Amino acid sequence: MLEKDKLLLGVLRNNARMEVKDLAAVLGSSEEDVSARMKHLEEAQVICGYHTVINYEESNDEQVTALIQVNAQPEREYGYDRIASHIYKFDEVETMYLIAGSSDLLCIVKGETMQQVAQFVASKVACIAGVTGTTTTFILKTYKNSGVILEKDEDGVENRLVVSQ
Amino acid sequence: MDFTKVISDKARTIKPSGIRKFFDLANQMEGVVSLGVGEPDFATPWKIREAAIYSIEKGRTFYTANRGLISLRQEISKYYQKYGVTYDPNKEITVTVGGSEGIDIAVRALLNPGEEMIILDPGYVAYEPSVLLAGGIPVRIELEEKDEFRLTPEKLKAAITPNTKVMLINYPSNPTGGFMTKEDYAKIVPIIKESGIIVISDEIYCELSYEKEFCTLASFPEIRDQIVIVNGFSKGYAMTGWRLGYVLANPIISGAMTKIHQYIIMSAPTGAQYGALEGLRSCDNEVEQMRQSYLARRNYITKAFNDMGLKTFLPQGAFYVFPCIRSTGLTSEEFCEALLNDQKVACVPGNAFGEAGEGFIRVSYAYSLEELKIAAEKIALFLKNLEAGKVKI
Repeated sequence: MLEKDKLLLGVLRNNARMEVKDLAAVLGSSEEDVSARMKHLEEAQVICGYHTVINYEESNDEQVTALIQVNAQPEREYGYDRIASHIYKFDEVETMYLIAGSSDLLCIVKGETMQQVAQFVASKVACIAGVTGTTTTFILKTYKNSGVILEKDEDGVENRLVVSQ
Repeated sequence: MDFTKVISDKARTIKPSGIRKFFDLANQMEGVVSLGVGEPDFATPWKIREAAIYSIEKGRTFYTANRGLISLRQEISKYYQKYGVTYDPNKEITVTVGGSEGIDIAVRALLNPGEEMIILDPGYVAYEPSVLLAGGIPVRIELEEKDEFRLTPEKLKAAITPNTKVMLINYPSNPTGGFMTKEDYAKIVPIIKESGIIVISDEIYCELSYEKEFCTLASFPEIRDQIVIVNGFSKGYAMTGWRLGYVLANPIISGAMTKIHQYIIMSAPTGAQYGALEGLRSCDNEVEQMRQSYLARRNYITKAFNDMGLKTFLPQGAFYVFPCIRSTGLTSEEFCEALLNDQKVACVPGNAFGEAGEGFIRVSYAYSLEELKIAAEKIALFLKNLEAGKVKI
């Protein structure tokens, strides 16, 4: 990857809201160049969105997150891809992986209540043709998400001297 | 009893650091936005901290060998091989209490009273006192902005006298961000060889090199044995508070330094050594991530100062920029004090690093981009106020 693209991604990863003007200063190039790079990275699906890391435990929204492990029967020519597409198209599925191990697919599913999630798994996922079993694990607490520690932690609290050698 | 009379002449006459004075000023003030620190804003990578904690849990709380853990010395030896020079872990490497101890024992091992030692101006504040404490005579080479504060062969030649024993250089540089490439060094290598001087090379910022590749003087085989490398974990590995560094030199010089080290220190802190060992073994990615962050910040802050009309060259290393403030008509100290009083932004006057730093300020960019942005806006506002005559000097 180009050095400037790497730098751009490094900065955006930590702050997707940074203005193009400031990004241009960081890259040592023009605003047009930054916009063109971002457009290119978006088209190449290197940048797939500019999302916000929300700590739902601190917001008043009730939210339940579950990890759903799915066992499935792979299909000739398609492998797991077609079955996966039947699952990941549901809005409830936030993230999905093909994995190695005791199951084949792993979905991160969000819902308002545990019941709602359980209902979704039973009525939508489990009955898809080719799905042979599911295991649901509910998240009790999120410590870290997308590289961001959500716990109140003294780590990184500024305690340097104001001026030093 | 008048205790001022019991203080030794050396301790009494040595000047306090110009940075200290500015620290006291900034420290009294509430809500200061500081660009004044000389250490990373990142906490030490967790792998390093965890390894040190584990060593303490395991009861590894005893002295190590005077030279430091052999496993750590072996890793240091491997580390420098990537820069094209090999040191024997048994005879040529000693782990010290920070780069600071390394400077001290190197100077003390080499300098006799009355002998000259060349230091670069502007340069790190501890160099001159280390010469004076050893009874030596500091000889300053005034570096210039037009050379981006590099050491040129002409300046070096002019500074060497029959009484010159040692020279201390520091690239990438604190405070200027100046950098010497392999080509730059190649021009001074014949002078070093011919004069027979010993060069102490403080390479503490070597990990923070940007577009250009870091080069150590010791990688020139013809002068390898004339070089004493001082390095450490403070900057690249974000381990300032751990106080861990090392010195590399030929067996005779290394032996002399180790003799001083064994009496004044015994051995560097054991837990810190285990932490550093883990750092060298498994933290390349963490170090690279930090380097990338500094690179982004360097680009941002250099442009910000140039846009404000304060001429600033793009430094190739360390985490400082060195803007020229002569266009304001103020001295470095006047500028920094007025900026602190007007906008509560703390920078360090360039003359704290020697007379050749007059007309400049040292700005650290070991801060998040968001913090740098706020600070830059405040400095721009200060310059406007200054121009409108609204700032008291």
